[in-house]
Amino acid sequence: MNACVLNPHSILGGNHLFRFIYEGVGQMLPCWMAYVVAGAAIMLILINAVLLGAAIVSWGERRLLGRFQNRVGPNRWGPFGALQPIADLTKLLTKEDIVPYGADRIAFTIVPVLMVASLLVGAAVIPFAKDVALVDLNVGVLFILAVSSLTTIAIFTAGWASNNRYALFGAGRAVAVLLSYEVPVVLSVLGVVLVAGSMSLGDIVVAQAVPFFLVQPLAFFVFVAGMSAELNRTPFDVAEAESEIIAGYHTEYSGIKFALIQAAEFGGALVVSGLIATLFLAGWAGPVADWLGWLWFLIKTFIGIFLFVWIRSTYPRLRLDQIMAVCWKFLMPLSIINLIAVTLEVFFLRDAHGVLTTADLWIMAGINIVIAAVSIAVFGQLIRQQVRNSSQTAPASRLVVSGVSTIEVSQGQG
Amino acid sequence: MTIRTEPMTVNVGPQHPSTHGVFRVRITFDGEDIVEVEPVLGYLHRGTEKLAEERNYVQIVTLTDRLDYTSSMINNQAYCLAVEQLLGIEPPPRAKYLRTLTAELQRIASHLIAVGFFVQELGAFGTPLMYTFRSRERILDLFEMLCGARITVSYMRPGGVFADAPDDFWPALDQFLNDFEGELAELEDLLLNNEILMVRTRGVSPLPPDVAINCSVSGPVLRASGVNWDWRKMAPYDAYDQVDFDVPIGSSGDNYDRFWVRVQEVRQSLRIVRQCIEQIEPGPARLELPLVLRAAPGAEAYGRVEASKGELGFFLVSDGGISPYRCKIRSPSLINLTITEHLLIGWKLADMIVSLGSVDINMGEVDR
Repeated sequence: MNACVLNPHSILGGNHLFRFIYEGVGQMLPCWMAYVVAGAAIMLILINAVLLGAAIVSWGERRLLGRFQNRVGPNRWGPFGALQPIADLTKLLTKEDIVPYGADRIAFTIVPVLMVASLLVGAAVIPFAKDVALVDLNVGVLFILAVSSLTTIAIFTAGWASNNRYALFGAGRAVAVLLSYEVPVVLSVLGVVLVAGSMSLGDIVVAQAVPFFLVQPLAFFVFVAGMSAELNRTPFDVAEAESEIIAGYHTEYSGIKFALIQAAEFGGALVVSGLIATLFLAGWAGPVADWLGWLWFLIKTFIGIFLFVWIRSTYPRLRLDQIMAVCWKFLMPLSIINLIAVTLEVFFLRDAHGVLTTADLWIMAGINIVIAAVSIAVFGQLIRQQVRNSSQTAPASRLVVSGVSTIEVSQGQG
Repeated sequence: MTIRTEPMTVNVGPQHPSTHGVFRVRITFDGEDIVEVEPVLGYLHRGTEKLAEERNYVQIVTLTDRLDYTSSMINNQAYCLAVEQLLGIEPPPRAKYLRTLTAELQRIASHLIAVGFFVQELGAFGTPLMYTFRSRERILDLFEMLCGARITVSYMRPGGVFADAPDDFWPALDQFLNDFEGELAELEDLLLNNEILMVRTRGVSPLPPDVAINCSVSGPVLRASGVNWDWRKMAPYDAYDQVDFDVPIGSSGDNYDRFWVRVQEVRQSLRIVRQCIEQIEPGPARLELPLVLRAAPGAEAYGRVEASKGELGFFLVSDGGISPYRCKIRSPSLINLTITEHLLIGWKLADMIVSLGSVDINMGEVDR
């Protein structure tokens, strides 16, 4: 009996599923082989879960959009059209896989893989239920911010490799937007880390005796806005603005590559919503969290997805320069205000051991909600003047009751 | 270190999601800024003017449907006015009211398309478009009750309209008008004060009134620039001298004004339709005319209307035969395109699509 026992200090030590498979397989195989098998098994589970989730999100988003737009949405195949993603995938798999003339073949091909890979790696650190993350990194927040930015490199590669000018426009815009939203997002997450006292996503959930969207409403606002820029969603969807630059960076993609890019987009919505649920909505915490944690997590993730679909179906798109102005002159100051306020509150409220009680969190929530309301109102007014064009001081449009009249033109008619 | 940059030429269209059909414009960009614009037309040329020389005066009505297929009723009206002027006849009063009424309904439908696509091009993902199309569908249903067709109606004929409205048309029209009041209020509420829409459109691509006049643009684009010019007021035709309505005038001629003028015109059109329903009286809806019309040799006529996109005119010359010797169409979309350079140069790629959408062209009419 050479039972393998997982070292509790291993990076995967907190993963019960991994431990279970490892110790079970370890009865029959050498320990190093059991390690590989167990790793492959949980990776398989994660990849399939995220990609299946992406398929469900794509169906759900189309159904929701249909309802928002007075339509029905996909309803033909399966109950409520739920098998529609399978039909879409089958169609895309049978399409010709085109690499355009003049494209950089290797870079062009690697992009869909890169996009899906960064998505899956990001999903690995999110705790889906109590103690159920693929790996509970102690720098989880930093890790997920780092890999989510990989998508932008993929997008830029796609735009450059496609040999298409619309794709190039989309790529340039994506990078410009990334540079703008990344700083406020990181600053807003810093506030969360400060209160939780840890960068591990699992610890952040445990620290949320009061959900952080109440404790730090400003950070929540900035984070959701920044993430909607990361997901290329309205009002920040300039990188794939379909009415301006066809489909942006993925104009030239077809067949299975297009399917992978779509999977990465919908999967991105899923992962980002999961991240919002984890950081601000207390993740798996809820009644009977030991057994129903996954349910609370799914419900909170769905709230995030619903929010994104709602915004997408409602708002027009901002122009690129306006997005940059909003990010640098509106979201950035808000996140700094949030960070300063949270720092001061933590400094004054924490007890001798540096621990915040639930009552402290409620006090912070009360103060921060007031700060959020005031600063959003003030900076909203300021950014409105910044973004509006200078010639908007022109008199308001007027309604004229006209009889037969002559042309009144003050300027000379050259 | 200086970075070497060079301008990039992009062919926007003829296959592009937002060029309203097969419009193509070759644009040179410096980054995202537009430095050079060259429209390329003719992808939808079908030779309507030449075809008209081979058909008799009534048959040409079907050709006019296919000019601006979003406002076929108004095209019919302009052509029928030209033929009536050529023949020196006048339709009975009921026909005049029916024409006015259907033309205004068509104007509502056309402006709804323009407004819906305008907001779609701003990036709102389909939702406003679906809401405007919901109302437009009801107007098309009304047209179907009148003449059996929804888009290519051919409802008007020289000397009147094809047939009087059926009895169940009037209650359906009342129902539509009542519902549409609310839908229009909802639309105005959602769009006219939307902050993102204001930021994207106000002050963008302004068209000064003198440029507008020099480029001989007409319709909502001209009125948005602050010029009070509407053929329904200047030279009233059909029943427009009997109804009371206002002409919305913009102030700066930017994209927002063009959009705003269209929304307000929908309201005025509703007023006109309501007055037509009140004033219309029983009577014949069409003059008794011979099957094949002939005009005097050498006769000329120019019929013009204020179409949904501007001044639409038909110039007919007769040589005494059963078809016109020449049929020249003054289409507003083509002439409104002459301001393309004024609107686009110096603005950004994202504004380009919106500015083109605010001019509201229709390729069926541009290329004829």
